[in-house]
Amino acid sequence: METGISSITREVIIGDGHPTALIGERINPAGRKKLQEALKRGDLEMVQREALSQAEAGADILDVSVGTFGVDEVKLLPEAVQLVIETVDLPLCIDSAYPKAMEAALKVYKGKPLVNSVTGEEHSLARVLPLVKDYGAAVIGLVQDDEGIPKNSERRLAITRKIVERAESAGISRRDILIDCLTFAVGADPTSGSIVIDTIRKIKAELGVNLTLGASNVSFGLPDRSLLNKAFVAMAIAAGVTCLIVDVAQVQSAVLAADLIMGRDRRARRYIEAYRQRQTPHEQKE
Amino acid sequence: MAKDLVNTLADLKEKEALGMVQDRLSAGEDPLRILDDARRGVEIVGKRFSDEEYFIPDLVYSGEILKQITDMVKPKLTKAAEVKRLGKVVVGTVAGDIHDIGKDIVVFMLDVTGFEVFDLGIDVPVQKFVDKIKETGSGVVGLSGFLTLAFQSMKDTVGAIEKAGLRNQVKIMIGGGQMDEQVRSFAGADAYGKDAMDAVKLAKGWIRG
Repeated sequence: METGISSITREVIIGDGHPTALIGERINPAGRKKLQEALKRGDLEMVQREALSQAEAGADILDVSVGTFGVDEVKLLPEAVQLVIETVDLPLCIDSAYPKAMEAALKVYKGKPLVNSVTGEEHSLARVLPLVKDYGAAVIGLVQDDEGIPKNSERRLAITRKIVERAESAGISRRDILIDCLTFAVGADPTSGSIVIDTIRKIKAELGVNLTLGASNVSFGLPDRSLLNKAFVAMAIAAGVTCLIVDVAQVQSAVLAADLIMGRDRRARRYIEAYRQRQTPHEQKE
Repeated sequence: MAKDLVNTLADLKEKEALGMVQDRLSAGEDPLRILDDARRGVEIVGKRFSDEEYFIPDLVYSGEILKQITDMVKPKLTKAAEVKRLGKVVVGTVAGDIHDIGKDIVVFMLDVTGFEVFDLGIDVPVQKFVDKIKETGSGVVGLSGFLTLAFQSMKDTVGAIEKAGLRNQVKIMIGGGQMDEQVRSFAGADAYGKDAMDAVKLAKGWIRG
């Protein structure tokens, strides 16, 4: 199963035979006061800086979210998307809880974006799937429905079936659906990591869709978060995710190592290249 | 001696703390005093958590130890000696939002510091808040949320409380990932708390009134 996402000049293929695709998570004001303040003022300079630094860190796709209090996303999200498109040539993942804001951003996008996200909730399926279809996008499905997020893998699998069915009957190809199994913090619930790994395996085996994962939440409320995030992404890759939503600079080395170990980095080209870059950081940065 | 249990629990030494409780019960000490020490120990845990010296699993662990102590002490408590509660608080994550970690921590700390807490859970419809306030006569309400969707839900919840004629009877505090003073003002709540210790401080201030 291969999912293609594109900007005007670049295409990223997500799938088993390819390196794990990394979606940069940092253009998102959740939990980031400075970015929240800037977005409230309509100031997109930080967005631009995050776009550049994540591209430089090796992101394949950039998530763009401007959702915070006091922001009119219908107005600001397309502006942010436009600015990021002008700044870097990476494909984008358009991220909003509001279908109207998604649509406004889809209108200005050029290429085939990812939409983040649809859930198994009726209101979401009914409003987001037609947008994905109309604009020829791919979509991230979250394993959540009107009952909430189930704490076991069987029910998460059942929600995935529902999302895939509904998307297909809305005319969206299965290859354009990426499922995010949703990670809870292990600090609060010790079983949340193993549930995700288990769910990834089950969905992969039954439905064959590509899987993404917002991985950073796993370490919430714990010290040395980057260590946990790195261990988790490696395990998720081994279990079958083909795409990750992460702080790219933080976990990329672990992702490259995991890809190499899982046979997704032929002759270790990417792993060794990253190693060389780390050896000569100054020259590379010039 | 009394101080020992407080600090032993605060340092999360489960075996030692439980041993001390057993010894003190065997010596015939007032079970309420033991419980009070245990609570003070967990309050220190909460303080260390808010100072980022402790982490979420430390907090959960202290709750488990406290639960064991409560279970040991309970049979010795006479009805008359039931713990006196400071006041009643209704807490929930507002409609459309399902984040529970912060809310659970607030519930835990309010409970430990002596409040009677009614935890409505997550994705709580506005009417459920209204009904619970009526039913319990609570004087404090805590609204939790993380998503951008929660801003409007908080405003709706405050509005529903007002419409039900209960607004003068309760103080409303909000908290959660993206909440701040601006959201408080938008929602029409009385205060914003940045963490669970803040929530306890606010509730204490209001209930002592």
